[in-house]
Amino acid sequence: MSSQERPVTLEVNGDPVRVFVEARKTLADTLREDCGLTGTHLGCEQGVCGACTVLIDGDPVRSCLMFAVQAEGSEIRTIEGLESADGTLHPLQQSFWDHHGLQCGFCTPGFLMLAAGVLEKDPNADEETLREALSSNLCRCTGYQNILKSVLAAAEKLRS
Amino acid sequence: MKPASFDYVSASSIDQAVSVLSELGDEAKVIAGGQSLVAMMNFRLARPATLVDINRVPGLDVIDVGADSVAVGALVRHRRLELGGEVPGPLGDLLAEAGHHVGHLPIRTRGTFCGSIAHADPASEWCVLAALLDARMEATSTRGTRLIPAEEFFVTVFTTALEPDEILTAVHLPLLSENHHVGFAEFSRRAGDFAIVMAMTAIEVADGRITDARVALGGVAAQPTRSSAAEAVLVGRAPGAETFADAASAAAENVTPHGDVHGPAEYRVDLVRAMVRRSLTRALGEG
Repeated sequence: MSSQERPVTLEVNGDPVRVFVEARKTLADTLREDCGLTGTHLGCEQGVCGACTVLIDGDPVRSCLMFAVQAEGSEIRTIEGLESADGTLHPLQQSFWDHHGLQCGFCTPGFLMLAAGVLEKDPNADEETLREALSSNLCRCTGYQNILKSVLAAAEKLRS
Repeated sequence: MKPASFDYVSASSIDQAVSVLSELGDEAKVIAGGQSLVAMMNFRLARPATLVDINRVPGLDVIDVGADSVAVGALVRHRRLELGGEVPGPLGDLLAEAGHHVGHLPIRTRGTFCGSIAHADPASEWCVLAALLDARMEATSTRGTRLIPAEEFFVTVFTTALEPDEILTAVHLPLLSENHHVGFAEFSRRAGDFAIVMAMTAIEVADGRITDARVALGGVAAQPTRSSAAEAVLVGRAPGAETFADAASAAAENVTPHGDVHGPAEYRVDLVRAMVRRSLTRALGEG
């Protein structure tokens, strides 16, 4: 068995990144420890909670269920890349703020990236589609209603 | 937790992948979507010495529609089947409907159809579909390629007839004619959870009579199973509420599930009755 580190080249939030990681290192741990992007949270490390959701080539993916070596050459977007370059919050982020879509905030990056991925592919997603998509992730504080409210309001804003 | 160390081979061809497997046998494990495998590795329930990644093997992300069958390649993700548009007729409808129930969206964007079948969870939508349609699993090794019928393929929970040196390179499904009606129903506590019980049906109707009936169940045994009792009830009768209720009863009377954390065995038997009836009703477009 090998603990040898290998080079992996990724594009993270638009920037090329080269890291040296063991094959067993998940993408989530690589983003946190090697890229310093600790906004991606790890809740369960078994693909259930969705806190580690990031966008890979535009699709929401659980970054705890993928090894960094598998992401070679992929375009990855994390919560750190959601706001504009000038620091203006993304409409989803602003909407979570406005509609009290978070309490402790641990699950929030995963929900934001999930919702961003869904709305970028399907800007006209209806409430049922969004409800179902949001059921992918776990939140232990909010009871989900305000998360849904936040995403619905952001979807409307993004459409206008 | 974190996975144990392993050697990693990103195969660039099937030949390369099978030659690694041929050399290492059950020390090596194939990874495609990894949506079950990586979770098991994170728990260290799986500790493969070598991981053979087939994600970069060209030609495996193909849905090959032939005259009377479809081959779904090893890199076809759940989401692609859910979105549909590639597989014609009732089979395409069934793949889209069942695919929508596989895990959650971020699982479906990455996990694969063939990977789910090779994992052989008896509560997996795709394993039940493979049993329903007598799918043939294409196993490739350095020794060549063979087709394994569904009834031989699913040995028991998480165990298939694949040899350690074989890769499931495709699954072959028969296309269904427009005379077929397909239905699917599953019960889980929350959307996206593993189903406690599911039923899938394909019935062919001609001149107001059922001429062919397939009923498959998931979550009631160590492998996905056909309900020959329900099928026998259906064939020759007119489709309708009474026929479907009788078939559902026959299915329920002929399963012997185990009780578990979700409820006692009788609970699953009741669910079989409800899911079979519901899937038959949906097949006829009334549910």
